[in-house]
Amino acid sequence: MRDLIVRVIARFIIPFIQVYGLYIVLYGHVSPGGGFAGGTVMASSLILYVMAFGARSEKRRLPEWVARSIESAGAVFFVAIGLVSLFQGTTFLANQAAGFPMGIPGRVFSAGAIFLLTFGIGMKVFSTMITLFTHLIEEEEKEGTG
Amino acid sequence: MSVFHFLLLLFLVVCALAAGRTRGLISAVIIFAAYSLTMALLWQQLHSPDVAITEAAMGAGVTTLLLFAAISRTGRME
Repeated sequence: MRDLIVRVIARFIIPFIQVYGLYIVLYGHVSPGGGFAGGTVMASSLILYVMAFGARSEKRRLPEWVARSIESAGAVFFVAIGLVSLFQGTTFLANQAAGFPMGIPGRVFSAGAIFLLTFGIGMKVFSTMITLFTHLIEEEEKEGTG
Repeated sequence: MSVFHFLLLLFLVVCALAAGRTRGLISAVIIFAAYSLTMALLWQQLHSPDVAITEAAMGAGVTTLLLFAAISRTGRME
């Protein structure tokens, strides 16, 4: 499983996959994509890392409590943006009525709170996917050694 | 509907039938990934690039890997 070609290619290609996933997340409101698709692409880069370097090395880079914190923070961030609208005197998750700046249509900083909400969803999906995969792999390795 | 669409739909049906009829589970997962990739192309042809991106990342990428992890913990034949 620990192949030299796979490791060299993975080390070369993982940053590009992560930048592409972040692009899909951040441009979710102006071009195709969004939080779920971008988060899955970002998670697939870390899954490639696990397959090339093993689950232990990945655990050192991204400990489980960090992944769990990112997962919870994504959901809390989403609800917090919704509550900001509530405190402004409008409905939950209201966008323009709550005073979020609209920006120029077609740019990244447009559409007010959608930008932030998509980012929260992306972080949540990213950490959920990577936690799901590492849990499956981890138990298998434990079984193999013991 | 062009010839390209017809070929894609034909390949989709063949993949779906083959994934159901294959005995080896790893072969079935690989055929299922091909099915997902064809489905992503078809979503793009139906002017729905958003769903196409999700299908390509989710169906052909993460689902395949999760099914492989599940197969490696169980038997690899039906």
